[in-house]
Amino acid sequence: MTAAEIGRGLRAGKFTSIEVTRHFLERIDHAGKQLNAFITVTPERAMADAKRADARIARGEGGPLTGVPLAHKDIFCTEGVLTSCGSRMLSNFVSPYDATVVERLAVAGMVMLGKTNMDEFAMGSSNETSWYGPVRNPWDGSKVPGGSSGGSAAAVAARLAPVATGTDTGGSIRQPGALTGLTGFKPTYGRVSRYGMVAFASSLDQAGVLAQSAEDAALVLGLMAGHDARDSTSVAVPVPDYAAGLGRSMKGLRIGVIREFFGEGLEEGTGRAVRTALEGFSAMGATIVELSLPNLPLSVPTYYVVAPAECSSNLSRFDGVRFGHRCKDPRDLLDMYKRSRGEGFGAEVKRRIMTGTYVLSAGYYDAYYLKAQKVRSLINEDFRRAFSEVDVLMGPTTPTPAFAIGAKVDDPITMYLNDIYTIGANLAGLPAVSVPCGLVDGLPVGLQIIGPHFAEERLLAAAHAWQLMTDWHRRLPPLFA
Amino acid sequence: MSIEWETVIGLEIHAQLATRSKIFSGSSTAYGATPNVQANLVDLGYPGVLPVLNREAVRMAVCFGLAIGARIARRSIFARKNYFYPDLPKGYQISQYEQPIVEGGSVEIWLPDGARRIGITRAHLEEDAGKSLHEGLGKQSGIDLNRAGTPLLEIVSEPDMRSAREAIAYMKKIHTLVRYLEICDGNMQEGSFRCDANVSVRHKGRHEYGTRCEIKNLNSFRFVERAINYEVARQIEMLEGGGSVVQETRLFDSDRNETRPMRSKEEANDYRYFPDPDLLPLSLDEEFIEQIRSALPELPDQKAVRFAHDHGLSGYDAGVLTASRDLADYYEAVVALLGGEAKLAANWVMGDLSGFLNRDNREIGQSPVGAKQLAGLLARIVDNTISGKIAKEVFEAMWEDRSDADAIIEAKGLRQITDTSAIERVITEVMTANPAQLADYRSGKDKLFGFFVGQVMKASGGKANPAQVNELLRKMLAG
Repeated sequence: MTAAEIGRGLRAGKFTSIEVTRHFLERIDHAGKQLNAFITVTPERAMADAKRADARIARGEGGPLTGVPLAHKDIFCTEGVLTSCGSRMLSNFVSPYDATVVERLAVAGMVMLGKTNMDEFAMGSSNETSWYGPVRNPWDGSKVPGGSSGGSAAAVAARLAPVATGTDTGGSIRQPGALTGLTGFKPTYGRVSRYGMVAFASSLDQAGVLAQSAEDAALVLGLMAGHDARDSTSVAVPVPDYAAGLGRSMKGLRIGVIREFFGEGLEEGTGRAVRTALEGFSAMGATIVELSLPNLPLSVPTYYVVAPAECSSNLSRFDGVRFGHRCKDPRDLLDMYKRSRGEGFGAEVKRRIMTGTYVLSAGYYDAYYLKAQKVRSLINEDFRRAFSEVDVLMGPTTPTPAFAIGAKVDDPITMYLNDIYTIGANLAGLPAVSVPCGLVDGLPVGLQIIGPHFAEERLLAAAHAWQLMTDWHRRLPPLFA
Repeated sequence: MSIEWETVIGLEIHAQLATRSKIFSGSSTAYGATPNVQANLVDLGYPGVLPVLNREAVRMAVCFGLAIGARIARRSIFARKNYFYPDLPKGYQISQYEQPIVEGGSVEIWLPDGARRIGITRAHLEEDAGKSLHEGLGKQSGIDLNRAGTPLLEIVSEPDMRSAREAIAYMKKIHTLVRYLEICDGNMQEGSFRCDANVSVRHKGRHEYGTRCEIKNLNSFRFVERAINYEVARQIEMLEGGGSVVQETRLFDSDRNETRPMRSKEEANDYRYFPDPDLLPLSLDEEFIEQIRSALPELPDQKAVRFAHDHGLSGYDAGVLTASRDLADYYEAVVALLGGEAKLAANWVMGDLSGFLNRDNREIGQSPVGAKQLAGLLARIVDNTISGKIAKEVFEAMWEDRSDADAIIEAKGLRQITDTSAIERVITEVMTANPAQLADYRSGKDKLFGFFVGQVMKASGGKANPAQVNELLRKMLAG
């Protein structure tokens, strides 16, 4: 059942939030360990939330998702609950406050089941960098679920939770969404508050949803979005009723197909599934235009300068002084810094901190950081030009379906190339969604739809239209059917 | 013959802005609270928190920029200055680097040999760090983050000063200005106003600068003077001994009156500045700036010119009186109440009043003798009720028991004697009591006139009108 369906059932009195919540907690109990999707499960809190939600529903109060359970990526601060960010560094960090996203969804009456596994500090594309171990893909336990929101993706794909939050810095919602057969939605930068989201790369990070359907994504996004005075980069643009806009026709929609996304490296089955989807949109009355974004192939190198630079600074606060991991018996200050950080961070995080420190250093700043910023504005310009011709851009979300756990861990460059189609939207701050569009050897692949700033409604409507004519999003991993 | 050296000084002044809350969080900025009670999650740099710029700090920076005739950047950028230190919670300080809010202004300083204009390169907004505490904690150190996030305006001068004295004059000028503008309380003991001094020496007449040293964290005018003088002497001695100055950061030890190396250029941090992605570029519109401009108070220089022009005060007196806005207001109130007599008022404010304030270590606002009381006293000098000398006695009594001049004059019977026959009686007594001096005077020892004045004033208990005493004595001594 989708979150929307559960919500309708709750309001129709078919079942209670307590029953629904118990159902999901039991599923987590049975399958959670096997998938390693959760870092923390919060049954007491969930049951308390459910009880309150039932009371609200009984009074005829609440909204479409009141009483519906969800899981939060462990990057969101949750008051009184471990917020580890997948890192040993924060393996003892119980947050004293709620992130804005957590707060808003709680106010709406959603029930928190727990916190999902993720790549350490959201740095990874396979969920293998987590201090809490890799997450397994529900479609094939030997495969990765994608990352960094791998725990949220696995949890929803295996129906351990009807819906989950995620964050997307370079594809961390869309890529795992594609690899697990979900609707992964990343809003416009600034659409959702970043307050209380542990920062990886501040100019790229954006919270979003991993959902079973576009409708679910629309409902959850509607609750998360909106201006927050505590985040200076959040934007004061009114939040439309996303669910109400879902029924829009695809007739006359101008779809741009990015030529650069269909080149070398795109696995054949994935490419075929995406082209079939494009024909589907064409059949619905959309027009398809092929166009080029010449600077887009530079997005991976650009990203791997900008994101590490920001992360090297953002992660400086983890110094063992006020919170987080502190080494045993430090000899002096320097020893405390070195060992606390040396022990607290994993290899990928260290690699990015070092890269970021390097590109910001005197003498290298101009050659790397500044140049990357210039390329970033060229990529922005490419998108801007494209959106003067078309309403949305479409292409694959990932080059291949899910790969085997362990296959790329020793080869960061190959791993980084997994995000080749998703990073552009982050660099330009654009909203984008991945929707399931087929199975390749029993593994899901995703169609990515990118829109101009604040075109969330348009993307959700396209995703919804696609889901009305297909059932890929209804397919369940055989083991969890 | 020894070479003549020229000193070159530039100052970086840190003025703590007098906002109620911090620059990027809602915590209070009040001084002296229990450690860490004024540090919220943002100040503590907790995971996930974000900075939100305090508009009041921006207003104050613009205020300063307008007051020094600088350019106000319509768009400025906050950057991160990255370094590790326990009292720097985030591991970076949010500051402005490449595009500061204020650029290119100047102030005029007044020196015995005339006025000089000192250039101000820039002034930028930044957050203060916390404090490390080392006392009473054994082998451990404590961190107090109450100060972390307090707004600072860093005011960077051009290397335009040529002596410690000029540096002090400049620093005092900025100190005056920020208090006029009410953007900084100027409290140096609490660290609200402090500076780093960049000092170098060169052969006089040379164009290029010598290698400089930066002396950190000077928090009194006296320390700035002593630190610069020590540093100049040290550099000259080093150069004359055939050595060279090493560019480094030094600390001033006020107990030993010397500067000591802190870190050299080689050990200097690479701060890896880059624009803070958590804060949008700061955009200011014309309306905001114009609003601030129209609300600017009369500035010290404008006030000094007005005092000199309208009140007929010397440039020096006008400068002293306008050094603090409160002092100038006090002086102006006295003049207004007196309906003139600016010079008399100026002398009293700069003389007795300032002397007593200094003696008791009080600010003008805490003076037991208010402007109205002082005007009351001076009015009695003007109308010849008392002499200037008696007035000093009355002033002291007013200071002690906070009563009005008239009450004291009455109670102590200090009213001036202006009755000619009464004064003549005293003079006759004095002449009779000092026959030898009288004879000497009459035989040509004119100098003794002063002796007789003194005797008459003494005999009258200081109450005789001095002008009348002079006139009558001259007549009667002549015989």
